[in-house]
Amino acid sequence: MAFGPFLLLALMEGLVTAAVLALAAAGLSLVFGVMRVVNVAHGEFYMLGAVLAWAVTTMIPGPPALAFLAAVLIAPLLVAALAAAADGLILKRLNYDPEATIVATIGLLYILQQAALSLYGPNAYPVTAPFEWRIQLPWFGYSGYKLFVVLAAELVLLGLWLFMTRTRAGLIMRATQVDRSTAQAFGVNVDRVYMGTFALGAGLAALAGVLIVPIQQAQYLMGHDPLLLSFIVVIIGGLGSLRGTLIAALVIGLSDGVISMFFTPTLAKILATLLVAMVLVFRPQGLFGARA
Amino acid sequence: MALEVQGLTAGYGPVTVLRGVDFRAEPGRITCLMGRNGVGKSTFLKALMGLVSASAGTVTLDGQPLHGLPAHEVPKRGLAYVPQGRRLFGPLTVAENLAVGGLVRRNDPARLEQVLTLFPRLRDRLGQVSGTLSGGEQQMLAIARALCLDPRVLLLDEPTEGLQPSIIALIQEAVVTLKGQGVAVVLVEQRVDAVLKLADRVAFMVAGRIEAGRDVAGLTASDPLFRTYVGV
Repeated sequence: MAFGPFLLLALMEGLVTAAVLALAAAGLSLVFGVMRVVNVAHGEFYMLGAVLAWAVTTMIPGPPALAFLAAVLIAPLLVAALAAAADGLILKRLNYDPEATIVATIGLLYILQQAALSLYGPNAYPVTAPFEWRIQLPWFGYSGYKLFVVLAAELVLLGLWLFMTRTRAGLIMRATQVDRSTAQAFGVNVDRVYMGTFALGAGLAALAGVLIVPIQQAQYLMGHDPLLLSFIVVIIGGLGSLRGTLIAALVIGLSDGVISMFFTPTLAKILATLLVAMVLVFRPQGLFGARA
Repeated sequence: MALEVQGLTAGYGPVTVLRGVDFRAEPGRITCLMGRNGVGKSTFLKALMGLVSASAGTVTLDGQPLHGLPAHEVPKRGLAYVPQGRRLFGPLTVAENLAVGGLVRRNDPARLEQVLTLFPRLRDRLGQVSGTLSGGEQQMLAIARALCLDPRVLLLDEPTEGLQPSIIALIQEAVVTLKGQGVAVVLVEQRVDAVLKLADRVAFMVAGRIEAGRDVAGLTASDPLFRTYVGV
């Protein structure tokens, strides 16, 4: 294949990575922005989304599209409910103390991972894509499902932006993000906001896991890479900045796609980590984050 | 029909700041709270709002207890708070700040209109990010945000601190209007001239207690009370 088409293919692969990464990282950024909690278990919510998608699609008979639609609806909701319970049982009891919640979410990471290992097993299982369309370009054919993932992620992120900027609940979340104490003085139930935010963040990660599982297989250790990449994206974009998260996801996703295809995936990770190091040295608040 | 505080003791963790505060604020009256820096005036307002937890004492509004309520329930009972330093939601627009203020009243448009009539300058700034307003406009917004709650008791923590005289006059005018509407105003204020001009009653705080209190009628700026308790 000539260089041009090869680059196009790499960019398209990078776009898929960026879309899924943007969803997962938006959840992480939201949780940190509003709650000031660094959720180390975020990757496990992604993994649970994928594993639950497998469970739902294997339980529901009928056409793959119907089973997959059920997975898209059910898995994020279940994971969000689990996250809400974790918030009430763990994070709230720690009074959302930044240091204590890091340790607690590390514990949660291992609990979720080992629970998945016990119930799901160590093997990776595929989930059938909801459709098998293939888009034929002059140089190569490309999966229609992958383009669907990009479109779906964009729509969800647009919905998230509208939710945050146009709804009463979004206004309450943004006010709480700016000043928890003053928000309380205006009748905002901060505990409820935190629970909702943690559930929403986990739900976004789970949705990313559901969308990716027809491309990658579901496996109990699959949360590591998205966690690392989400942190990279959120640090580069600026902790708590949704706009920064999306732009950084695009940069990291596209560069990951191109570098992985032309060189190796390991080099892509090394360069992303170097970029984080440079951001931390020269602009610690991230490219779009507010200075503390 | 008043805000009644008896024996309120509160602080931050192991540090006790308020040591048995007794206080009363009545509808249609302005009660000023004076005292040197660090005596607990701001902590007192925070404790009334439930933002600092009380270890003893009672707070009632029209006989209904406020103490022990979660902080987010207190504004629903009719208390509104304008914190020191304004504490606006800086990245949010003026309209969004006012919307947060009106959450408890389900953003009643009639109430918003009343508030904007009181502070017409904000009407032209509704779409502006509040952190970019001038200091005076930010203070107006902080008060307007609290008024969107349609409060029965308004707690103001040094609302004229660092503002130019024309803005101070505007804010004082608004406070007097609220008094006329029957709102009980509790005003933490350090400037004697403002207290003499606005207040019906003044209470002096020392080391977490109200040490003295009297009606303002008949008081002058040279009264020894001010020298003793405020140091001016």
